[in-house]
Amino acid sequence: MKFSENWLKEWVDPQLGTDQLVAQLTMLGLEVDDVESAAGEFSGVVVAEIVACEKHPDADKLKVCEVNAGDETLQIVCGAPNARAGLKTALSKIGAVLPGNFKIKKSKLRGVESQGMLCSEVELGISEESDGIIELPADAPVGSDVREYLDLEDQLIDVDLTPNRADCFCMRGVAREVATMNDLVMMEPNVETIPATHDEVMTVNLQATAQCPKYGSRVIKGINNTQDTPGWMKEKLRRSGIRSIHPVVDVTNYVMLELGQPMHAFDQQQIHGQIVVRMANDEEKITLLDESEANLNAEFLLIADEQQALAVAGVMGGLNSGVTAQTQDIVLESAYFDPATIMGKSRKLGVHTESGLRFERGVDWQLQEVALERATALILEICGGEPGPVHVVTEPTGLPVQQVINLSRAQLQRVLGFAVADEQVTRIFTALGFVTEFDGETWTVTSPSWRFDMAISEDLIEEVVRVVGYDAMPSHRLHSSDAIRVIPEALRKDHAIKSQLCDLGFQEVINYAFVAEKQLAAVGMAEHAFALANPLNHDMAVMRTGLLAGVLSNIKSNLARQHHDLSLFEMGKVFSLNQQIEQTDQLLLAKTGLAHPEQWSCDSRKVDFFDLKGVVTELLTGISGEVSLSESGHEFLHPGRQAAVRLNDDVIGYLGQVHPSILQKMKIKQEVYVAELNVAGISQLGIPHWQEVSKFPKVRRDLSIKLRQDISWQQVKAVVYQSVNEGGDSLIDLSLFDVYTGEHIEKGYKSLAMAMIFQEKNRTLEDKEVDKLVSKAVSFLAEQFNAEVRT
Amino acid sequence: MTDLKRILDDGLQQIEAAQSVQQLDDVRVHFLGQKGLVTTQLKQLGQLEPAMRKTAGAEINQIKQQLFTAIQAQKSTLMQAELNAKLMAEAVDVTLPGRTQAHGGLHPVSRTMNRIVELFTQVGFEVVTGPEIEDDFHNFEALNFPAHHPARAMHDTFYFPDGHLLRTHTSPVQIRAMKTMEPPIKIIAPGKVYRSDSDQTHTPMFHQVEGLVIGENVTFASLKGVLNQFVNAFFEDDLQIRLRPSYFPFTEPSAEVDVEWKKDDGSIDWLEVLGCGMVHPNVLRSGGIDPEKYTGFAFGLGVERFAMLRYGVQDLRNFFENDMAFLRQFQG
Repeated sequence: MKFSENWLKEWVDPQLGTDQLVAQLTMLGLEVDDVESAAGEFSGVVVAEIVACEKHPDADKLKVCEVNAGDETLQIVCGAPNARAGLKTALSKIGAVLPGNFKIKKSKLRGVESQGMLCSEVELGISEESDGIIELPADAPVGSDVREYLDLEDQLIDVDLTPNRADCFCMRGVAREVATMNDLVMMEPNVETIPATHDEVMTVNLQATAQCPKYGSRVIKGINNTQDTPGWMKEKLRRSGIRSIHPVVDVTNYVMLELGQPMHAFDQQQIHGQIVVRMANDEEKITLLDESEANLNAEFLLIADEQQALAVAGVMGGLNSGVTAQTQDIVLESAYFDPATIMGKSRKLGVHTESGLRFERGVDWQLQEVALERATALILEICGGEPGPVHVVTEPTGLPVQQVINLSRAQLQRVLGFAVADEQVTRIFTALGFVTEFDGETWTVTSPSWRFDMAISEDLIEEVVRVVGYDAMPSHRLHSSDAIRVIPEALRKDHAIKSQLCDLGFQEVINYAFVAEKQLAAVGMAEHAFALANPLNHDMAVMRTGLLAGVLSNIKSNLARQHHDLSLFEMGKVFSLNQQIEQTDQLLLAKTGLAHPEQWSCDSRKVDFFDLKGVVTELLTGISGEVSLSESGHEFLHPGRQAAVRLNDDVIGYLGQVHPSILQKMKIKQEVYVAELNVAGISQLGIPHWQEVSKFPKVRRDLSIKLRQDISWQQVKAVVYQSVNEGGDSLIDLSLFDVYTGEHIEKGYKSLAMAMIFQEKNRTLEDKEVDKLVSKAVSFLAEQFNAEVRT
Repeated sequence: MTDLKRILDDGLQQIEAAQSVQQLDDVRVHFLGQKGLVTTQLKQLGQLEPAMRKTAGAEINQIKQQLFTAIQAQKSTLMQAELNAKLMAEAVDVTLPGRTQAHGGLHPVSRTMNRIVELFTQVGFEVVTGPEIEDDFHNFEALNFPAHHPARAMHDTFYFPDGHLLRTHTSPVQIRAMKTMEPPIKIIAPGKVYRSDSDQTHTPMFHQVEGLVIGENVTFASLKGVLNQFVNAFFEDDLQIRLRPSYFPFTEPSAEVDVEWKKDDGSIDWLEVLGCGMVHPNVLRSGGIDPEKYTGFAFGLGVERFAMLRYGVQDLRNFFENDMAFLRQFQG
C-alpha cells in the first residue's frame, strides 16, 4: 500500500516529520518499505498555456510554440507529440533548475530560438515514463509555480502490509492507526446521500450467496466520461501508483484508495437482462480488461448477465462490458465477496489486481453503500449524469459475524507480563473502532466490520501492546525451572562427531538436499529417490538418497579451483521413498589428493584406502557393540577396494574407493576415497567399566608367516585369538607391523609380521608357556591356511 | 719429602691441564693407578723406619685425597663442557615449519548454529530436532495457518506429489515437542528449512533455530528479555534490539526483531534478524497444552543471517558453493 503523506495529513496530522511518521507506522506493525519524494528537486517551473503551435520550418519532429507563461509570452521549441494549442503544461523558464542540477538556458534548435523548455513528468522526476509533455487540467492557473500547484512537496510512503491487516489498504485505515497512536480524531470525508433522480435499478440475481452475500449497485445514466479527471485526483492516484484512465475508472480507484472498497463499473448497454452472481462453469472463458483470456472453472465466482460472463468477481472485469470514454450509462458495482473464494484467484489467472489483493484479505462488509454514495458524488461532479437508487441485495447469513471478545485485566497482564492502565486500554479499543465496555475487570469488545483478524482475547492483547509500543515494553528475566536434566553419557552428539572430524583434518561442507536426478543416477543411487512436485529447476528436482553425489560435485568444483588435496565431510539427512518416506541422518567422509600436506619433513604420498579406513576406525572407537568390516558389492565403488561397515549384525555404512569410471565421467582425475555412515549407528557409545590393572610383566613375541594373498588379516587375527585364547585370555594384543609381497616371496603369497603381546592378570607368564601358545597359533594357522612360519 | 711436594704440584697442574675426560683418566692412572707415582710412594712406605712411617703415610694419603678431589672436580667440568658441545652440535633451525596434518573446520553455518545452541543450552534449553519432509498438519494446519491463507502462499512451499512437503520453517518441531513433552518446556530446534525462492538474498535451503518456552509466567516481556540477552551474548556487544509488531499465524501477539547495526560507513541501520511471539492458543491446543493454564513464547531465527552479520559475509550464496577458499576462512 503506497500513499501520499500529504493525503494522510488531510485525514489526520500528527505534526510529525516524515522520519518520525515512518518510524511510528513501522512500530505499529505497518512496516514501511520505502519512502520516495513525489517529484525530483526542481525550481523555476510554472504552469503555462500553449497559445499557438506551428511546425518547425527545418525539423519534422519539432514544433515552435507560443506559450503564455502568465507575465510574458515566450517562444518555445518542443518535440513532444502532444504539444498543441490550448494545452496547459509545465514550462521551465530560463534559469530553471531541473532534477540532476540541469539548468535551463536560452538556446537555438535548428536555428529557432527557444526561451525555455516544456516538461514531461520524467523530466520533473514525477514518474518513470511519459509519452510527452505534462497535460495539466484546463483550469490550472497560468503562471503559478508547478511545485505548489501540483502539491509536490510530498513523500510517497510504501507500507508492506502483513496478511492480517486488510483494513489498512486505504487511507481511512492508515489514518485510523495514526490517529489512535497520537490520540487524535481523524477527519473522514463527508459522504452525503445522493438522492436518486430516476428509479431504474439493475435486477440482481444473487445465486452464490455464500461467496457473495452482499451485492450493491447503482445505475447512473447520461454521463459524459470524456471529461478530464481533476488534477488533484489524478495526482493522488499517481502517488498511490495508479494510472489515470478516465473519470469513471479513476473515481472507482480513488474510492478504493480512500475508503477501501474496490469497485467496478459496467457499461449498462453491454449488460443483457439482469446481473447474475454465480459460480463459473468448468471451462467457461472470459476476456479480461487487460485483453488476456481467462480459463475458469467452478471455483471462480462470476458476475454475469443472462448471456455471458461480465467479470471475474473481485479480480478483474471483462473487456466487453467495460466502461470507455464514450460510455454514457453505467452500473457501479460495490460488493462484499467472501475472502476464501477470492483467495489465490488472481494468482491462478496470472493477473495481479488491487481489487483481488483487497478482497482476498477481507473488505469492510458494511462499506458498500457508503462507497456507492461517495463514488456517485464524485462521478456526478466530474461527468454529470442521473443517478438511480442505491440497490443492495444481501444474504445476511453469508456475512461475517462481528466478534464479541472478552479480555480480562488479569489475562492481559498474564500474557504481557506487565500492567497497562485500564483507561489506556479502553481508549485504544475505542480509537481503533471497537465498541467497548469495561466492567472494572473485563473488557467486552465488539470488533469492527473492517477487522478480519479478531477472534480471541490474544488478538486484543496485540492491539493494546502495539499501540502502547513494543519499545515501551519492559524486558523481563525468564523465571524458569532449575531442574538438572539428564544428559545421556553414552549418546555421542552430532557436534562431537563433527568436532572429531575437524580435528582429523576434515572440512565440513553443506550441500542442498535436492539434486538433479542424473546426479544420483551417476552414482547408482536414483532408485527410490523422492521427486519434488514443484522443483525450482532440474538440478534440484529430487531429494538426495545419499550424500556422495553432492560431495563428489564439491570435489570436482574445488579441483577446478586448484584445491587438489581435500578431506571433506558432510552430515545431513538423506531421503528415500519405499513403502514410506525415510529420512535418516548420514555422514559422508571423502579424501583425495595427498595424504598429508606437502612439507619438507615428510615424504609426499597420495591418499589410499587405509588413510580413510584409519579415520573411520578413529570414529568408531568407543562405539557400543562390535564393529567389523565385511564384503560389499557397491557398483559405485572399486570392486577390490570396498567394504561394508557393520555394527553387530547391521550394516551401518560403506567404505571404499570411488569407481574410476564414475570419476572419469565427472572428469575427476585423481583417486577419491569415501565412507558413508549412518549417524545413529555411530552415536551410541559404551560407558567405560573398570577392569583390574595387571601388575605382572607383558611378554612380546613376533611372528612372521607366509600365506596365500587372498586370506584376510581379519581371518588370520580371528584364528590366532581362537587358538591362543582357547584356554584363557592371555593374548591381550595382536598387532600387524609388516605386510610384504614382492621378489622375496612367491607370487600369490604374502608375508605377515605380527606382534603378540601376552599378559596374565595374577601371575608372571613363563617363557615356556608363551612358547607353547605361540606354537599353538602357528599350528592353527598352518592347519587353517597352510601358513608357514618365516624365519 | 720434596718428592712428594713435587708430585702434588705436578699432579694438580696436569689435572687442570687435562682437555678431555680421556686425558684426565690418563693423568689419574699416572698418579693414582696401580703403578702410579702416589701408589708407588705408598708401596715404598715399608722401607722407612717405623717411626717415620706413620707421618709419611698420612702425608701421602692426604696428597692422594687432594689429587682425587681435584680429578673429580675437573671431570665434572669436562663432562659438562662435552655435553654442552654435543648439544650445540644438535641445534636445529627452529624457524623451519613444524610437521603438520591437514586442517579441518566446521562450515560457518554449523559454527554459527553451535554458538547459538550453546548460548541457549547454558540456560537450560534442550535441543530437539524434527523431520525435514513434513506433512501439512505439522507445517501449517497445527500452526494455525488456515487453508488457502495468504500466509501459506508467502511460504513458497516445495511439495511432493503425495502432499508431503519440505518444511518451510522449524516451527513444526514446536508441535512435535508439545505432543511429547510436559510443561515446563524449554527447547531449541536447529535445522534445515526449504523455500522455493532463489536469488541474491534467498537460497532454496537455509537454516533456522527455533525456540519454544511454555510454562507459567512465560510472558511477552520475558520474550523480549531473553532475546535481548541472546543478541547481546551472540554478538558479544551491547546492541540495541527493536521488537515491532508483525504477523505470524502461530503467534499472537507477534513481533519481528531488528538489531541496531553499525554499517561499515558508520551509519546505523535496523536489520531484521528474527520473528517471534506468544504462542497462539490454537497452537497450544494443537500440541495438547491447555492455554488456560500455560502461556508460551516462540522465536525463529535465520542462521545464515546471523553468520553473515557475525563474520561479515556479503553474499548469502557463498554458503552453499562449498569453495575451500571460502570455507577455510572459518577454520580454527
